[in-house]
Amino acid sequence: MRLTRLQKILWAAAGAATLAYGVLMVLPSRVPMETEAAFRPSFALPDAEGLQRTSQDFAGKHLLVFFGFTNCPDVCPTTLAEVAQVMDDLGDDAALVQPLFISIDPERDRRLGLAEFTEAFHPSIIGLAGDEAQTRAAADSFRIFYAREGDAAAPDGYTMSHSPALYLISPEGDWLRQFTYGTPAADILADLQPRL
Amino acid sequence: MKSLILSALLTLSATPVLACETFTLGDLTIDHAWSRATIGADRPGVFYVKITNTGSADDALIGIATPAAGMPMLHETVVTEGVASMPHAMSIPVPAGESVALAPGGYHGMLMGLTTALKEGDSFPVTLTFQNAGEVVVNVEVLSLRAEGPDCDDGN
Repeated sequence: MRLTRLQKILWAAAGAATLAYGVLMVLPSRVPMETEAAFRPSFALPDAEGLQRTSQDFAGKHLLVFFGFTNCPDVCPTTLAEVAQVMDDLGDDAALVQPLFISIDPERDRRLGLAEFTEAFHPSIIGLAGDEAQTRAAADSFRIFYAREGDAAAPDGYTMSHSPALYLISPEGDWLRQFTYGTPAADILADLQPRL
Repeated sequence: MKSLILSALLTLSATPVLACETFTLGDLTIDHAWSRATIGADRPGVFYVKITNTGSADDALIGIATPAAGMPMLHETVVTEGVASMPHAMSIPVPAGESVALAPGGYHGMLMGLTTALKEGDSFPVTLTFQNAGEVVVNVEVLSLRAEGPDCDDGN
């Protein structure tokens, strides 16, 4: 059978449509995975001594990153206590993990003392507190939320709302996973140890 | 694993008992009153407690007062769509026959305007005011900054 020119074009169009349909069907499930794999958070923020730290400085180590504020009585101490416990329980492997506390309330945290706060939980935790733009950029890069909320009854008239999870970053800088707020130290440790 | 067991043992052997003290007010039993050490007095402290209502009438915790802080308030940590915020709790329900815990990640007392830094091993009184039962003073033990709660013999 010989196909006319029009038939060839129609068959080709049908083939292309089928292919496109197939691609579209597959895409929704593939796109998030590819995005996830390419998700590489970055930051450039000064530490308690004012030394600029960037995500590249910590290449080769797993990072445990928490965004919080030192004036926070409940969520932040609870999570940092878990992180401290994980670091203690890692033993020698602790050298392979760097915990970071990124302040979302940097001005007040600097005034209240960033280093004494992180050190009180664990000496290995590095506190970072930048300016508003640096902080927003870091939070956006980790795809997390934070906001200042006016509250006349709170200290200084405001409090902070924020994503309370703990984020794990690979030695290559890739986002690996989050530990939702309240994950026990033992669970974090169990996830972390096989990776080291 | 060894270090895990060791740290668990150390935690147990260092168990303070004050936070396990039980207070009663009518049908209410109050225990596990504890707080965390603070770094200085400029940051707010926290107050946790467990309240059990053994009666047949609902009650509610409507206020806290303490000489340790100028402005103690009841708060609730709420995590909504991955964001934690800390709204005031006007009152914390203590339904009949139930236990309510002010515990990390939920209801808590926020102690603003600390008169002094809270040090591990210290204790301070907190007056709890209930809608129906009235007032009771409990002793609050200050545990370490890293504490997640007192280890009492009742399995809680």
